[in-house]
Amino acid sequence: MSAPVRPPRPAAPPLARRPVPVIFERGAPGRVGYSLPQSDVPDVPLDAIIPAAQRRLRPAALPEVSELDVVRHYTALSHRNYSIDEGFYPLGSCTMKYNPKINEDVARQPGIARLHPYQPEELAQGALQLLWELEHDLAEISGMDRVTFQPAAGAHGEMTALLMIRRYFEDRGERRTTVVVPDSAHGTNPASAAIAGFQVIEVKSDRRGNIDLEALRAVLTPEVAALMLTNPNTLGLFEEQIREVARAVHNVGAQLYLDGANFNAILGITRPGDQGFDVMHFNLHKTFTTPHGGGGPGAGAVGVRAHLVPYLPVPTIERDGQRFVLDYDRPKSIGKVRAFYGNFGNLVRAYTYIRSMGAAGLREAAEMAVLNANYMLRRLRDHYDLPYDRVCKHEFVLSGRRQRDRHHVTTKDMAKRLLDYGFHSPTIYFPLIVEEAIMIEPTETESLQTLDAFIDAMTAIAQEAETNPEIVRSAPHETPVTRLDDVTAARKPILRWRP
Amino acid sequence: MKYIPATPAEREHMLRVTGVRAVDDLFADIPREVRLRGPLDLPPAMSDPELLAHARRLAGRNTDCDQLACFLGAGAYDHFIPSTVPHLALKPEFLTAYTPYQAEIMQGELQAIFEYQSLMCELTAMDVANASMYDGASATGEAASMAADLTKRPRILVSTAVHPEYRQVLRTFTSHLRLTVEDLPAPAGITDPAAAERAMADDVAALIIQSPNFFGCLEHGEALARVAHDRGALLVVAIAEPISLGLVRAPGEYGADIVTGEGQALGNALNFGGPYLGMIATRDAFVRRLPGRLVGRTVDTEGRPGYVLTLQTREQHIRRARATSNICTNESLNALVAAVYLSTLGRAGVQHVAELNARKAHYARGRIAALRGYQLAFAAPTFNEFVVRCPLPPEEINRRLLEHRILGGLPLGRFYPELADCWLVCVTETRTRDEIDRLVGYLETLG
Amino acid sequence: MYPKELRYSTEHEWVRLEGGRARVGITKFAADRLSDVVYVELPKVGSEVAFMQPFGVVESVKAVSDLYAPLSGKVVEINQALVEKPEVINTDPYGAAWMIIVEPRDLKELAQLLDAGAYMALVGERPS
Repeated sequence: MSAPVRPPRPAAPPLARRPVPVIFERGAPGRVGYSLPQSDVPDVPLDAIIPAAQRRLRPAALPEVSELDVVRHYTALSHRNYSIDEGFYPLGSCTMKYNPKINEDVARQPGIARLHPYQPEELAQGALQLLWELEHDLAEISGMDRVTFQPAAGAHGEMTALLMIRRYFEDRGERRTTVVVPDSAHGTNPASAAIAGFQVIEVKSDRRGNIDLEALRAVLTPEVAALMLTNPNTLGLFEEQIREVARAVHNVGAQLYLDGANFNAILGITRPGDQGFDVMHFNLHKTFTTPHGGGGPGAGAVGVRAHLVPYLPVPTIERDGQRFVLDYDRPKSIGKVRAFYGNFGNLVRAYTYIRSMGAAGLREAAEMAVLNANYMLRRLRDHYDLPYDRVCKHEFVLSGRRQRDRHHVTTKDMAKRLLDYGFHSPTIYFPLIVEEAIMIEPTETESLQTLDAFIDAMTAIAQEAETNPEIVRSAPHETPVTRLDDVTAARKPILRWRP
Repeated sequence: MKYIPATPAEREHMLRVTGVRAVDDLFADIPREVRLRGPLDLPPAMSDPELLAHARRLAGRNTDCDQLACFLGAGAYDHFIPSTVPHLALKPEFLTAYTPYQAEIMQGELQAIFEYQSLMCELTAMDVANASMYDGASATGEAASMAADLTKRPRILVSTAVHPEYRQVLRTFTSHLRLTVEDLPAPAGITDPAAAERAMADDVAALIIQSPNFFGCLEHGEALARVAHDRGALLVVAIAEPISLGLVRAPGEYGADIVTGEGQALGNALNFGGPYLGMIATRDAFVRRLPGRLVGRTVDTEGRPGYVLTLQTREQHIRRARATSNICTNESLNALVAAVYLSTLGRAGVQHVAELNARKAHYARGRIAALRGYQLAFAAPTFNEFVVRCPLPPEEINRRLLEHRILGGLPLGRFYPELADCWLVCVTETRTRDEIDRLVGYLETLG
Repeated sequence: MYPKELRYSTEHEWVRLEGGRARVGITKFAADRLSDVVYVELPKVGSEVAFMQPFGVVESVKAVSDLYAPLSGKVVEINQALVEKPEVINTDPYGAAWMIIVEPRDLKELAQLLDAGAYMALVGERPS
């Protein structure tokens, strides 16, 4: 029996381990942290502006803090956070690659960040040109004919696309009621299908981790509006029979939808449009480096082939000679899915990234994302179960079954133990078809040294599961808090501060 | 390529360990027929200095609100953003984090969102708020499905004084779900409670209003709440200008059941329309039907306070096709911006900024209405926007004002053909008396 | 673990006849599989439930399960205390954690339910 491996002491300062009072508990009555001018217009009693009956009964009980109180508070909170800028973030299906700093500088320029959405088009020609160029870039990268930027996130894009598909069939006088998703799909796929008014049929995966072609053919009827497929799928595997899948879907007149969450694996190598997809969403906050902001904002652009173009949400961006215009006059459009034009700030970042990379750079990103993943897979496969033994794309899925069955150490335990080693954990318990799933996506922006350090940690934890399982089961030990009681949190929810 | 660190030697090493000869072998599972034969047809890559110069050229083709005196609102507001906001909310520790799935190392984000939820509750006077939605329009669409589900009723009444784009989105979100959306006219610039009562019926799920509404006018919230509640319907209040809540009656104070809104005004840059901040808040009783993420407070194994994502069974990753919504990625960073903004302004500052908006807009409204040929379209009290009927087409007025570096209000004909001579003017705290007087002066010379 | 006097559904509900009424809950197997129950949603008194159709929902932190009615009929009582303390489902599934009382419409439906032995076979447990 070998000695348990001790993780290195974390670099985080001890301050990060002290609880931070909520902002409402800071400050003192009467303290202020703002600076605004006094009114410069003639004084009028408030009653003459807004009658008392329409004014607030009680002022909002907001914090009363100084500017330094605010600075200390949020700085303290920032020390209790894990980010890409701090370390490796191998969250499968999330593509947590480096977010270039130049993207931020470009997006925060006054001539970009201070544009009003309703200002006249002639005063926003640079912004519209950027969107027009980005649309053409993404169409080229994906093999789609047009792209809309309206959706704020991937799931929003899914809904947008499904509503377009619905409208397309209505236009053709066809009533199609169901959407097919594989059992490895992201939860957003069935949820989006449901809110777009479709019934959901699930199809199983085959032994190689592809969608089961026979099972798919069995459910493909004229009732089916679309198959939503992720490719490479959530197992990190390319759908080898994609052409047969596309043919089967199109044979019953249905649409083939790509969930583009895993686009990073195929940039410049193969295009969804060439694979037979009719429509797709991009996660610009994954593949195209816009920062995830702790949960959002994202940007979920949707690309379509020509037959779906009439149904795009309004407005589209058109070029009229040297001038760029917003086109709202699209009678077959599904309408609007949000106000204004999309998450413009993120679109600027994605544009900047594509201009930095160029065609060769994007292809190299995909190649290195895939090489990194296969390297890690090779080095970890002896320590964990590997449910699908194939060349992977940008990510791969291991299983903690062995550790659970032999040592009563779960995937959750090992994920928590990774935090002690200074890493964010991979995506766990997803896809649902793999027991004790551990889904690892390194991305192309991580160095060999980082990959090796993570591999060493994973190897050490597999060993700890054998030799010192208790330290894994009770992990994490080195974090600002230990495991949190999420059962009580759900039974007796405390969702806001009260004095 | 500076974003890809692997050196040629490292690549060789990795290929050797992986047991393949070349990177191409790793793509052998992709059918040859669907592989690209040549490089993508994209503009050439640029170095950083070239890219910054290129971006500056593009930005130079825009004229932004630093170069113009902005009297344009209509759902996106030019407010002062304190320096704390970019310096704190955009710290890389927040900016480059993912959704806080590993709570033990994400206490900062989780606590910040918990505080944001609390601040939203205080501002709207509601019980519970979620961690954010995409924007005000889509949040209002989600509120309609939420109300239909809670009441099991199929009709939605929406005031035409709700932002026209919100109403378009509402229809996109509901048209295929056997929900009918019916417009309630607002001929006097506000939703008439008597007309609402006539339209109300036992199969109506929700009455949706906005206050201050799209015309800037304050609605009779209490009366409209009574109309809805008398027939068992919910009152949904959309707030497009949350700065108003420093001064005007909060929806929770007049009986709103669901409050949605656009939080852009709370410290978020104009950004040509996004990313913005969808707000949604409701009563405790409806929390399990709320869409999106929620952060709750709990304790760790040693009894220390901590925060977790909670009530997740509502969400798509667990309930899948039966989730309350399909939302996953939200607008957390914009919520953090709002939290820093509201904390910085604090109790007094939020009242101060709201009063400044109301006073300046009131002054501008009085001065413009006194001009020959101009008159107020609606008599109801307004917050920081108001509608004036103009002697010239508002589009023409805007063109002339631009010559004086003034960004005029929104011509309403675009959304309301019957109001083609109407102009929606916005005056926030960032406008000075001098700018208002200049605007009035130019209008006078236009005749 | 699986009282002899109860009848069981394949969806893991139990039913106990008490005079002309039927008391309904979920089995220990179902409670264990859910782990810590955090929430239960029950129908309104007076509503109708139908044989093997959903009548409510039970949730843990990471899972949601529909509750299926083992008998058709009218709900005459619900366990309000359980709604407030759903954790009882994990500690006393056949006692304090009963969910609803139904006035059965058709007792012949009972014949389609399992006895304790058959249920244990279903969930892969040996009689003790």
